[in-house]
Amino acid sequence: MSTPKDLRYSEEHEWVKTEDGKVRIGITHFAQSELGDIVFVELPQVGDELVADEPFGSVESVKTVSELYAPISGKVVEINEELEDSPEFVNESPYDKAWMVVVEPADNAQVDALLTAEQYEAIIEE
Amino acid sequence: MANELKRTPLFEEYSKYGGKTIDFGGWELPVQFSSIKAEHEAVRTKAGLFDVSHMGEIFVEGSESLAYLQKLVTNDVSKIAINQTQYTAMCYENGGVVDDLLIYKLAEDRYLLIVNASNIEKDFEWMKTLVSGDVKLTDASDEYGQLALQGPLAEKVLQTLTETPLQDIRPFRLEQNVSIAGYDTITSRTGYTGEDGFEIYAAPEAIIALWGKILTAGEADGVIPCGLGSRDTLRFESCLPLYGQELSKDISPLEAGINFVVKLNKEVDFVGKSALQAQKENGVPRKSIGIEMIDKGIPRHGYPVFKGDTQIGEVTTGTQSPLTKRNIGLALIDSEYAELGQELEIEIRNRRLKVVTTATPFYKRQK
Repeated sequence: MSTPKDLRYSEEHEWVKTEDGKVRIGITHFAQSELGDIVFVELPQVGDELVADEPFGSVESVKTVSELYAPISGKVVEINEELEDSPEFVNESPYDKAWMVVVEPADNAQVDALLTAEQYEAIIEE
Repeated sequence: MANELKRTPLFEEYSKYGGKTIDFGGWELPVQFSSIKAEHEAVRTKAGLFDVSHMGEIFVEGSESLAYLQKLVTNDVSKIAINQTQYTAMCYENGGVVDDLLIYKLAEDRYLLIVNASNIEKDFEWMKTLVSGDVKLTDASDEYGQLALQGPLAEKVLQTLTETPLQDIRPFRLEQNVSIAGYDTITSRTGYTGEDGFEIYAAPEAIIALWGKILTAGEADGVIPCGLGSRDTLRFESCLPLYGQELSKDISPLEAGINFVVKLNKEVDFVGKSALQAQKENGVPRKSIGIEMIDKGIPRHGYPVFKGDTQIGEVTTGTQSPLTKRNIGLALIDSEYAELGQELEIEIRNRRLKVVTTATPFYKRQK
């Protein structure tokens, strides 16, 4: 199970990567493996405001619909439009090609409060 | 509650094949082994093996079995000969469905009913209320397991394990005492995937052995274990109804579009006949129709369907077709909007998205 050390994680299985004051968000390897083949990703629009712990989109497998929960609050400045045509990236490349949104955090303390890789691994191993 | 889930005789085998289990109507069953898409494709192009041991087996025996069944179900049971099977429904007086089922005629005075797992107890209680005369009911669900080998290569693979000429078992026929790899089975040419294939009933120990033997025999031909996820996408593409979605106590077989199981002209009055007769004469209030997304999104069970501001029905099943990638669904809607090519809307997470009513079934096997 790969859990990149340089990312932070939410209990809802999102990862967060800090880049120049913004954060990039996606779902973890563990999440995609639990969901199975992803066939549809619904994302917010650029300019939307995410609210921590509230749904901001969804990922659908053949059988299931799962909401994406915002790990932090902030304004969406970029979305990964490639996922519209290539939802399978979520399975193939959850930490790279399947990033979902880039957000300007409303409060950096929310990022610092997220789980470390070790803490997240401890949760998914339960 | 999780530890109270029921398990089939094959439960211990799932993990050896990578099975991922879920709670399916109170049963801990594999949703997939490899992936729903791969399993769906295997059944359409090669063959796949399903554990469907959760299904219920109820025997109806005695000299008045036929008269009893004619009263119980909507189809005409007098039309089937020994070793034939028939798909049918049992209804309440109001025309709502108790369950949909297969009837296997084993002898003039002996029938086997295959019912949905989540309905076994409800069905058995309902069936008992209608018994009269020389009719004996036995719930033998725990004494039988069931495997379904489905797909174009099903006959070829299964034939390697039995002396019985499988080509002689025509669609909707069965053979009793079919010895497969030395185990005694009832084997029928039936299924729930829209493909050719067989359903195999045997004692729990035999089912465990046959699971491994069939997978080994079919390995070179690409036969893989399949879960309920692909079973659902396969039956859905072929528009075979699922109880609890297309059929329920509040949905009649005529609304669900399985008119061929409702024989209003058979000699015996069956439970629900007058309600169904009235629906047929006055037109069904609702119809099950196909929908396809125009906007981006995937229809799902329970999503409301709208024409303008009026809710006219609900999606009963929806998914993305694993092979064609079409975002399609079945919806039960007011009959007046059921014409093909109508533009309607469905609501997905508070957004209205466009769909068009479309022809069904979504998939039909080339024969």
